[in-house]
Amino acid sequence: MTGTLVIIGATSKIASEVGRVAARKKRKLVLVGRNKDRLDAVAGDLSARGAQQVSVIVGAVEVVGQHADLWQKIEEAAGEISEVLIAYGSLSNQALSETDTGYMLHEVEVNFNSPASLMNYAAAYFENRAKKAGGARQSGVLAVITSVAGDRARRSNFTYGAAKGALALFAQGMRARLSSSGIRVLTIKPGPVATPMTAAMPGADRMASPQMVAETIYRAMTSGRAEVIYVPGYWRLIMRVIREIPESIGKKLKF
Amino acid sequence: MDEITPEKLAQNAPLLAFGLGRSYGDSCLNDGGALMDMRQLDRVLSFDAKNGTIVCEAGVSLGEILLMTVPQGWFLPVTPGTKVVTLGGAIANDVHGKNHHLEGTIGCHIGQLELVRSTGELVRCSLEEHPELFAATIGGMGLTGIIRRASLRLKKISSAQILMETVPFNTFEDFVRLSSDEEGKSWEYTVGWIDCLSGRQTRGLFLRGNHAADGALNPHSEKSGLRVPFNLPGMTLNPLTIRAFNTIYYAAGRRKSGKTVSHYDPFFYPLDKVGNWNRIYGKNGMTQYQCVVPESEAVAFQGILERIAQTGQGSFLGVIKKFGHIKSPGMMSFPRPGLTLALDFPFRDGVTLKLFEELDRVVLAAGGALYPAKDPRMSPAMFRASYPRLDEFRRWIDPALSSSFWRRVSRDAK
Repeated sequence: MTGTLVIIGATSKIASEVGRVAARKKRKLVLVGRNKDRLDAVAGDLSARGAQQVSVIVGAVEVVGQHADLWQKIEEAAGEISEVLIAYGSLSNQALSETDTGYMLHEVEVNFNSPASLMNYAAAYFENRAKKAGGARQSGVLAVITSVAGDRARRSNFTYGAAKGALALFAQGMRARLSSSGIRVLTIKPGPVATPMTAAMPGADRMASPQMVAETIYRAMTSGRAEVIYVPGYWRLIMRVIREIPESIGKKLKF
Repeated sequence: MDEITPEKLAQNAPLLAFGLGRSYGDSCLNDGGALMDMRQLDRVLSFDAKNGTIVCEAGVSLGEILLMTVPQGWFLPVTPGTKVVTLGGAIANDVHGKNHHLEGTIGCHIGQLELVRSTGELVRCSLEEHPELFAATIGGMGLTGIIRRASLRLKKISSAQILMETVPFNTFEDFVRLSSDEEGKSWEYTVGWIDCLSGRQTRGLFLRGNHAADGALNPHSEKSGLRVPFNLPGMTLNPLTIRAFNTIYYAAGRRKSGKTVSHYDPFFYPLDKVGNWNRIYGKNGMTQYQCVVPESEAVAFQGILERIAQTGQGSFLGVIKKFGHIKSPGMMSFPRPGLTLALDFPFRDGVTLKLFEELDRVVLAAGGALYPAKDPRMSPAMFRASYPRLDEFRRWIDPALSSSFWRRVSRDAK
C-alpha cells in the first residue's frame, strides 16, 4: 500500500507542481512550510485537484532548533510515510554574501544545515521503521532538491553553489547509510527552472517549465531506481563538461 | 507573483493581464506597456463535485479544469475551439462555443468574479454585487481590472464521449435549415465547416453532437501529438493548395458522414493536437476574420462568402455557426443573434487588408460586428458602430490598464 508523500517547502513552485502530479494520482499528502496562508492555498488547490487527503504543518523549516518538534508533527500527521521530498532553498545574492558575512552564513544555513538536519530526522524514521519490521522488505524514498549549481563553484553564485554541493555530498553519504534499510535516497539537480525564484534572471523565458520538472521528479521518486537525476536530463552532460574545465581556466570565468 | 495589489497595477501602468496568448489580434498585447503573467495564478480554490461549481484563480487553463472535473462527471458549460486558454482570458473575451444556441457565452455561467483595480481594493462582482462592473468585465478585454479569481458553474455529463453526426450540405439554404431552432433543440453542439472557395454553392459539412448518455469519464491526454517544428515556406498555402485541401477535406467528410462516437478532445479541440499549427502559415503568419450579421441579413452573409471565394484568399477551417438568443451579461460581448463566420487567412499584407476593408463595409451595412479577440486591424469607426454600449463601458475601464487593441480602436475617440 502506498503511504503518505511528505513535501517540505511545499509552497515553492516546483514543490507545488510535484504536489499536483501526486494529487492527480489521488495520493495522501503532508505539506510543510513557513507561511500558513500560502500553505492553505496550496492545500486547497491539491484537494480540488484530487488528492485523497492533505494535511498542513506550519513551521520555520530553516530553524534547525525546531526540527525535533517539526518532525514529530510530520510523523503524527503522515501516518505511514512513503516518500519525503525536501524542496526548499534560497537563491543567494552572491554580491551581498561577499560583503555581509552574516547573510552568507544564513544562506548556507537555509540551503545546507537545515535540509541536512531534516534528512537526519527522516533517516532515523526510516531506520526505526526498518528495525521494527525486523528484516521484512522495506521501501521508501528520501528525495532532496539540490542544484546543478552545486556541481562546480562559479564566480557568480558560489555561496548558493557551495551549500547545494555540500547538500549533494551529504545525500550521497545518506544513500550509503540508508541502503541497508531498503531506503532510496534521490538527489535531484534541476537546471534553471522558470519559477518565481529565477524570474529576475536573464533568459527566464527559455528555462524548463516547472510542470515538466515536477513530472520528472515525481516519476523518479515513485518508480525506478534512479539515485541522482538532472532535470532536464541534458544538464548531466553540460555539468560534466563544466566540471572538467581546469581550475586555471575556471577561476577566470565570470559566469 | 504573490499578491496583486492596486499599487502594483498603478506602478506598472499601462498594464495588461496576459494569459496563454491565444487571441489572434492585439487584444492580448500591450506595445510599450507591461504584461502581467497570469499563468502564475493557477490555483484551484475549491471544486464542489456535488453541485458542479469550481472556483479558481484566473490563470488556470480550461484544459486543466477539464482534467480535474471530467473524472467527476462535470464539463465546461461553454468551450471555445481550444482548451489552451485561461479562465480569465475566456471571461475577458466572453468566449462562445458550439452550444451558443442553448447555453449562450461563458459569461452566462460565471457566478462571481474578483477584480483588483488600481483605483481601490479588491472588488467582488456578480449579477447581484456591482452588477455594472460585472457586466463590463465579461467581454471587457481585461480592461476593467485584473481578474484574480472566478467561479464557474459546470455542466453535468455522464460520459467523456460525444455522439456526433456529420451532415454534408450543398447550399446555403441547407445550412440554414440544419441550424434552425427546430433542429438545434435536439443537438447541443452544432457548427458548420464550409469550403470558402466554393462560392455561391456554399458546400460544407455540418457537425453536430451531444454528450453520450453513458460511458467512461476519462479526461483528455496531456501529451501533444504532432508538432510543426518550424515555419513552413510562406507559399505553402496558396489558392491552389487550399483548394486541394478543401476538396479532400470535404470528400473525406462526405465519406465519413453519418453518426459516430468521438472523445470530447478531438471533437472540440482538433487543433490542440497539432503543436504550433500556426507555423504552417510561414513567417508571415495568419489572421482571422470573424464577423456576425443578423439572420435577416443572410443575403449580406452570402455576399461575404462569395467575395471571399472570388479572391481565393481564404484558407481551411471556414467556420459558420448560428448564434442563439441567450443574452450574455457582458456589455461588450461579441455574440449576438445571427450568423457568425470565422475564416483564417494567410497574411498577405495589402491584399488581405484590402479584402477585409471590403468585408467590413458589408458587415457594417448589415448591422453586424467583428470579434475583438480575433481582430488585428478594424477601424475605430467600425468598433464604435458595432458595440453600442461602448460609452457605457468606457466608464468602467481601470485607468492603469490598456492594450494595443484598445489604443488602436479608441484612437480618435473624444
